[in-house]
Amino acid sequence: MGEFLLLMVSAILVNNILLIRFLGNCPFLGVSKSMDTATGMGVAVIFVLTLAGMITWLVHTYVLIPLSLEYLRTIAFILVIATLVQFVEMVIQKTAPPLYEALGIYLPLITTNCAVLGVAIINIEEGYDLITSIFFSFASACGFALALVLMAGMRERFALVAIPKAFEGTAIGLITAGLIALAFSGFVGLV
Amino acid sequence: MASLQAEFTKGLWKTIPPFRLVLGLCPTLAVTTSGINGMGMGIATTFVLIFSNLFVSLLRRVIPTQVRIASFIVIIASFVVIVELVMQAYFYPLFKVLGIFIPLIVVNCIILGRAEAFASKNTPLLSLADGLGIGLGFTISLFTLGLIRELLGAGTLLDIPVMWASFEPFTFMLKPPGAFVALGILLALMNLITQRQAQRGGGR
Repeated sequence: MGEFLLLMVSAILVNNILLIRFLGNCPFLGVSKSMDTATGMGVAVIFVLTLAGMITWLVHTYVLIPLSLEYLRTIAFILVIATLVQFVEMVIQKTAPPLYEALGIYLPLITTNCAVLGVAIINIEEGYDLITSIFFSFASACGFALALVLMAGMRERFALVAIPKAFEGTAIGLITAGLIALAFSGFVGLV
Repeated sequence: MASLQAEFTKGLWKTIPPFRLVLGLCPTLAVTTSGINGMGMGIATTFVLIFSNLFVSLLRRVIPTQVRIASFIVIIASFVVIVELVMQAYFYPLFKVLGIFIPLIVVNCIILGRAEAFASKNTPLLSLADGLGIGLGFTISLFTLGLIRELLGAGTLLDIPVMWASFEPFTFMLKPPGAFVALGILLALMNLITQRQAQRGGGR
């Protein structure tokens, strides 16, 4: 259990997927303009990433390795993720319409969120077993959601302050992200 | 001919990624710890972008609209696998450094974005020019950002020491927070230049 706790802390705080590993930065800057969208995106990513981490691991271990098709990993994973996202979208639409209302528009965007494919590949390259992969995927997604919500909380306040004209929009967003990343690098000694 | 040139040059300043087209940030931030790394990533992306644009454009009448995104992703992924295997065979050190970001070219939004917004509506020749221009713009951006971070963070340019002897490397620039800040400042500089240009244009 201690091992998993360590993995969680490491994936959420120390090696935060957004700020330290640089995966999934497009939605990070794209949907962090308001708290609501950030929370929606965060929850959608936690859901899909955990599932995707599990399924890509199974596909790699039970389909690609027996057929010695490891070099097709990239194509296989992106197809699995795209199908999964589509499938999740349909299931949620049928079973939980309110959730679909809330997550609807973010789900298709997740296909091209490099955090999903990135974590799937990290799982394989680090040689994690199934349980560890699921844990790592979940923890990474939580790290993503945490950073996204923090960022949105800060960006909401930008509306109230005077920002130099040249820095408006993405530029100040990037610098804020840099400062959050700086704060997160304070966690390095934790693990 | 004129429009061919226009499609090519627009990627170099007017819509230069990742500054004007704020897409493809992950590789931009992650691999630009030196000029060479940035350039390697840029060239790999350009290769995929050119061929995906060409093939999407050639197949634009064959691919049904409902499944176009999935089809584009398969086309892009095929070229990414080619790049991955070629780099592993011939540029192994660079392949090691870029690591996970090579397979992640698949989900680089610039490529899918160009396929959807441009190549699926235009002729192969125009799409080729568009891919080449955007790709080159991306390479230049990554190379520049890499050079700046390398110069300030390690005091070298393309691995050659250029700073004076007592220069204390500003290692912050090589760390993740430095990547965000450096890109943010570059973006602000570009905005400033554009504003100046607009002002001068307005004064005339």
